[in-house]
Amino acid sequence: MAPITTIHYLVVAAALFVLGVIGVLTRRNVVIVLMSVELILNAVNLNLVAFSRIWGLHGQVFAIFVITDAAAEAAVGLGILIAFFRNKETVNVDEIDLLKW
Amino acid sequence: MEPVATTFFFYLLSGLAILSGVLVITRKNPVHSALALILTLLCLAGLYLMLYAPFVAGVQIILYVGGIMVLFLFVIMLVNLERSQKEKQFNQQWVPGILAAVALGALFVTIYIKGGALFVRPEIRFPEAENTQQVGQMLYSNYMFPFEIASLLLLVAIIGAVVMAKKKI
Amino acid sequence: MPDFITNYLDKNVHVTPGEYGSPFWALVYILVVFGGVSMAVVCMNWLERKILAHMQIRLGPMRVGPHGLLQPIADAIKLILKEDIIPEGADRFVFWIAPMIILLAVFSVYTVVPFGPTHAITDMNIGILFMLGVSSLGVLGIVMAGWASNSHYPLIGALRSSAQMVSYEVAMGLAVISAVLMTSLNAEGTGTLSMIGIVHAQYAQHVWFIFKFFPLGLIAFFIFAVAMVAETNRAPFDLPEAESELTAGFHTEYSGLRWSLFMLGEYAAMIAVSSIAITLWLGGWMRPFPNLLSGPTWDLAFSFFPALTFFGLAGMTFYSTMRMPRHSFFRVQTIGLGAFGAVFALIGLILLLPGVNGRIQDIYWFIFKIAVFMYLYIWYRGTFPRYRFDQLMKVGWKILLPMGIGVLMLTGIVALRTELWDFMHEALRRLVHV
Repeated sequence: MAPITTIHYLVVAAALFVLGVIGVLTRRNVVIVLMSVELILNAVNLNLVAFSRIWGLHGQVFAIFVITDAAAEAAVGLGILIAFFRNKETVNVDEIDLLKW
Repeated sequence: MEPVATTFFFYLLSGLAILSGVLVITRKNPVHSALALILTLLCLAGLYLMLYAPFVAGVQIILYVGGIMVLFLFVIMLVNLERSQKEKQFNQQWVPGILAAVALGALFVTIYIKGGALFVRPEIRFPEAENTQQVGQMLYSNYMFPFEIASLLLLVAIIGAVVMAKKKI
Repeated sequence: MPDFITNYLDKNVHVTPGEYGSPFWALVYILVVFGGVSMAVVCMNWLERKILAHMQIRLGPMRVGPHGLLQPIADAIKLILKEDIIPEGADRFVFWIAPMIILLAVFSVYTVVPFGPTHAITDMNIGILFMLGVSSLGVLGIVMAGWASNSHYPLIGALRSSAQMVSYEVAMGLAVISAVLMTSLNAEGTGTLSMIGIVHAQYAQHVWFIFKFFPLGLIAFFIFAVAMVAETNRAPFDLPEAESELTAGFHTEYSGLRWSLFMLGEYAAMIAVSSIAITLWLGGWMRPFPNLLSGPTWDLAFSFFPALTFFGLAGMTFYSTMRMPRHSFFRVQTIGLGAFGAVFALIGLILLLPGVNGRIQDIYWFIFKIAVFMYLYIWYRGTFPRYRFDQLMKVGWKILLPMGIGVLMLTGIVALRTELWDFMHEALRRLVHV
């Protein structure tokens, strides 16, 4: 088998990215959409860390910041979801289509 | 010290990560989706270890799996409606969504085939016993400003999440 | 002998098998640690019931073997043979996988626990970070166990238990940071997160970190000691699983072998977090008073402790053998107890041999300190009343967290007091001159 180079990791990251995009664009449940966004962020992280092996430690530091921001974003997003769920009793993206109810 | 069985572990971890990624986006039950996402995150932590980034792997396990996924599971248990699992699970625009994702995938494949020669710089072998120290030194010298901004961002996120989820402000 | 077995046994090798890259010896160490922890859990089961009973002026299990020594084995056989009940409407896959996640998380922690300078499975660069992170995976197992049971007592118990564990992890992390900060007070100015490195830092600075910058090390150890009891859901923080409160909380619907997996996970987690406390503050595998009572004579005196411990245990066993009733009903039990005492004496004699004595010191002192912590856990259970849940959360967030931040800041200031003094002097001088 060929030795594992950077391209292998980039292909894995691209596959995870495409899976995350499919999840965001096609699922109805808001929680699963948020989880697909986390999948996208992880694919980007894998890309950053794979490149850091060539270009220096900056990629790893950036990946740590991405993880921190993902935590903040997940917390706020889920807070919004809970506030919405309390009012409308649904987690369907198709039914969240009014600016004011 | 030479790593042991690199190709085997790479194919195992990446295959498992992609398989559980597929499970994340196709399961009807959101708890099963969350479990599959946990498996994906753990496989990615293993891949970071193979890329000589143990500190990022440790941070991924503590923050992502031990923090964010616990948060997701709590919220799923709070909003888990039985009737939502019996409805359709793909939304109204699923055909354009799949087409867009396929186009994106084709774009990635084109870039990697045409531009593969860009990624052949020799790999730097970081001494593994000093990864944390070097990342720490970078965080506190080059990236000091983003570090402080990140702590401010977390403070804002905490306050925002608490305000969003309260019944009466 | 094949090469992959003998090249680690070379005399010049002074690293753990993981660092050396020998999968065979790493596997041997993994099996030894796994077997040792399982044996320790079985012993803890018996010890907890006996010690708790003696603290409550009763006798505990006395029937199953001499002094109840075979009770854990009888319990294990009973649990394995019990009927496996899955509640109706439970999510079968998640119900099945929840105890396994807890066990995986808890046993993975033992990969980096240092029983000696080379007696660990491996020594990661991020040792303490790995231990804290992987032990936080246990929360996921508890949440899933409570949710999959499809019943409200387990769900409330799981939510309370996971909220408690997540809260006390923050306090634990702060205490750990202040201990890791003390490792950086060496010539290069860089600390280390690796477990073996932390013990070496204590050896180089000639002080256990619990006594360093007195009382800051002690307060940090105290915060960690309280947080680790809450983290493992033990008394007095065991509201989520106490029988009188929530009918056993998140493991209500689990019976038989699955429940014994939870119990195994709980005791193994106790030993794991105790080993974190021992490595960070109590000097790991170093014998007591490494600096105050140093020198070859004191080393020789302390080197007899392992054998003396086993001789003491043998003596206690022989004493209770002689106190057994002289009735033909108890003949088998008396002989069994006598044989048990003879085994202890034999182990003590083996530990007196010079070849074994030199190598066993590190492992013995580490396990001795773990045993002290286990006794403390049982003592807390027998002594303290239970915290109510809101009191529990108040202690975690409003008392331990500010204390942890205060200790961290004070440790930083005291550690760098000379640099801080020079800096303030310089700043004042420039202000006054200009």
